[in-house]
Amino acid sequence: MTVKSPRSAPYTHARTSIGRTMGLVMLALLPATLFGFYQFGWPAVFLFASTLLAAVLAEALSLRLAGKPPRPFLLDGSALLTGWLLALTLPPWAPWWIGVVGSLLAIIVGKQMFGGIGQNLFNPAMVARVALLISSPLEMTLFTAPAPLFSAQAPGLVESLTITFGNPVGFDAVSSATTLGHFKTELGRGVTLDQAAAGTASLWQLIGGEAAGSLGETSALLILLGGLFLLYKRIITWHIPLAMLGTLALLASLFHLLDPDHYVGPLTHLLSGAAILGAFFIATDLVTSPVSLRGQLLFGAGCGLLVYVTRTWAGYPEGVAFAVMLMNACTPLIDHYLKPRIYGRDRKGEPLSYTEQAEKGGNA
Amino acid sequence: MDKAKKFKLFSIRGGVHPEDRKRLSAEQEIEPLPMPPLLHIPLQQHIGAPAEPLVRRGEMVKKGALLARSQGAISAPVHAPTSGRIMGIGGYPAHHASGLSVRTITLKPDGRDEWIDSLDPVAEPFNLAPEEIARRVAEAGIVGMGGATFPSAVKLNLRQRYRLHTLVINGAECEPYLTCDDRLMREQPGQVLDGVRLMARGLGVERVLFAIEDNKPAAQQVMRAAARVYPAVTVVGLPTRYPMGSEKHLVQTLTGRETPARGLTAELGIVVHNVATALAVYEALRHGRPLISRVMTVSGGAIRTPRNLRVPLGTPLSHLIDYCGGFTREPSRLISGGPMMGQPLPSTRVPVVKGSNGLLALTDEEVQGGREMPCIRCASCVQACPCGLVPLEMEAHIRAGSLDSSVRLGLLDCIACGSCAYVCPSHIPLVHCFNYAKGELAARQRAQHKQGETKRLAEARSARMEAAKQAKRAAMLKRKQAQEAKKAPPAEAAPAETTPAENAQAEANP
Repeated sequence: MTVKSPRSAPYTHARTSIGRTMGLVMLALLPATLFGFYQFGWPAVFLFASTLLAAVLAEALSLRLAGKPPRPFLLDGSALLTGWLLALTLPPWAPWWIGVVGSLLAIIVGKQMFGGIGQNLFNPAMVARVALLISSPLEMTLFTAPAPLFSAQAPGLVESLTITFGNPVGFDAVSSATTLGHFKTELGRGVTLDQAAAGTASLWQLIGGEAAGSLGETSALLILLGGLFLLYKRIITWHIPLAMLGTLALLASLFHLLDPDHYVGPLTHLLSGAAILGAFFIATDLVTSPVSLRGQLLFGAGCGLLVYVTRTWAGYPEGVAFAVMLMNACTPLIDHYLKPRIYGRDRKGEPLSYTEQAEKGGNA
Repeated sequence: MDKAKKFKLFSIRGGVHPEDRKRLSAEQEIEPLPMPPLLHIPLQQHIGAPAEPLVRRGEMVKKGALLARSQGAISAPVHAPTSGRIMGIGGYPAHHASGLSVRTITLKPDGRDEWIDSLDPVAEPFNLAPEEIARRVAEAGIVGMGGATFPSAVKLNLRQRYRLHTLVINGAECEPYLTCDDRLMREQPGQVLDGVRLMARGLGVERVLFAIEDNKPAAQQVMRAAARVYPAVTVVGLPTRYPMGSEKHLVQTLTGRETPARGLTAELGIVVHNVATALAVYEALRHGRPLISRVMTVSGGAIRTPRNLRVPLGTPLSHLIDYCGGFTREPSRLISGGPMMGQPLPSTRVPVVKGSNGLLALTDEEVQGGREMPCIRCASCVQACPCGLVPLEMEAHIRAGSLDSSVRLGLLDCIACGSCAYVCPSHIPLVHCFNYAKGELAARQRAQHKQGETKRLAEARSARMEAAKQAKRAAMLKRKQAQEAKKAPPAEAAPAETTPAENAQAEANP
């Protein structure tokens, strides 16, 4: 007999690991990412690569400083995923240092300073995005219209290198506002919704991913498919995405019905920007979302509400990052108050008593 | 058949679907294991007080003879698994992870296997009064054979304290690998059912629900066929999900009602017994045979030929392993019971006891151990917990040393089913952590009790000393007064002098 440290049962284990979880999330993101590469060409690929590389290097450096074994923590894929998610929220033609600074912020400030994997209060990718948005508003809001790879308007390889790594003087990018940005500007000028809608992408273009936007927010359909894959693989539950998108749609419908001229309709809200990406991939971040299903419903609804409020009344056209971070801050509180009911006890934690219940008329 | 199909089931929370690996042994018929050269029969094979030995070293006993009698209200007697000579009564490694030595009777079989009628069987046990059935079950040394080993007669007597209406027979066998109950149902349906009906009579209940998981269709079929003539017995198919065999969750699946926290299913009018227990009751009441052997599954990837064996209690595990062809390779873990809730075994020397339902020799691939990583709050454990607990939070509190807050989070409501640790992607040994906390709490409670008792005794002693001192002082005062009185009238003599002193002594003493 080999002598093993005595450890309680179970002596069997589901085929799960952190690496598998992270790997499945990346797999779910892959189609949308590849489509993003196609739509925005080589600059997007370069930015993506720099962001992920910086994330992994930042993780390795932090682990070294913290004296943790680098292998298991680097191989769990969490740093890669953080970098990936961050890259998806950046304007595809942003310069390389946006991605690199963002990754350093995400991994070092957002994750490792809290104690590493599992310890962070805020979604690291969103910490980085919000910090970048505030510190480099120009680079973070300069979006380009899609220029599919190998098409006439697409930049060549060398031009792409200058776009990402150099000073893009030679190439004239077709800059274009995002759908939400366009509505924000136009409605702000007092233009009615119908007139404003004429100047931007149609709903079909949003679904197909033919609108300007960050790398990962383009094709609503592919992101949604990735999200459904995660649901199917039981990496996430339906509670956060449904509550978030449901609340967003509900509020958008309500205000759109009350004042169709000045409030954007629910479909535009759902399909544009990072709504679907946020609902399936960002708000559902395991570490920073509540653990109970009721808590997740509340968390998702809060995210939806804050997204709508930010998009409609605040200064920024898009509010997913702010909404998720604000709700992240509420997660410990939600976890404290919304726990599952313990078997054989009522919600207050008292043992069930069938005689009392019979007197109350059996309301469980 | 129709009534079984229509039986309405209720859902339970959480649970997992471990790979069941029952095919390794499910088609192996139960074989009697040849008698080993020596049997080591522990005096404690049940929950409660250990049995008190009645035999001496060197004595010859017959098969079925009473070796040790039950001690107290919750206890069970132990009988001789075969005829032979008592070699001694002393310490022997227990069937327990610790491998600590416990009082054990060593019996050398004489090979004749001669019975003695220690319990007198009756022709028609259904004519016995419920009290008499319970008494005979107690006398036969029958305990819960699903692994809990609670004396069965005590459970039959719950009738005296609760209004019972249903007996549930637990044929879920939801632990992976184990097939012993499955085989019993398939091979001896008539006997099992007879035992079940006798237990129902002992409990004084009309209705019997015989619950079998859907991964055992053959057992469901034969039990349905056997139960067809008894309208009181309904065979119910359960969805295959671990931990369906947990008593409280089984009752919830069947009735939709939860057992109150820290309470018994009897509060809902339901008592749950195991299939193997039913067969033992049948043997005891019909044939007057005490519990001296049991059916076990010997399985796992490291066992050459997995088998289901009828094993005399007290057989060393090494004997079973040899009979199954030995190990094909060094097992990673040697487990008593199933892989989800079983106990690690310290060595193959330890004997088979009444609660042993399985012996598993698992390989590294089966154990699927992984490097422990930090919790990523994925909430898999929260979703898997059948008791509605938040294992990740309990674990964090225990690691931080705050056991009291883990109790507030429901530590004592944990049934240690292992679902949380099974699904954890970070391979955190959650159940291990909870077991540590439960043990630590029990130790603290004992220490506190001891402290309280010490304080109480010390206070009682000082009060007693104080009283004695007072009494002494009073006696001295009295004596002084008496002496002064004596001085005044010198004629007064001895008798008057001793009496007050004696009185004072008598006062001081009580």
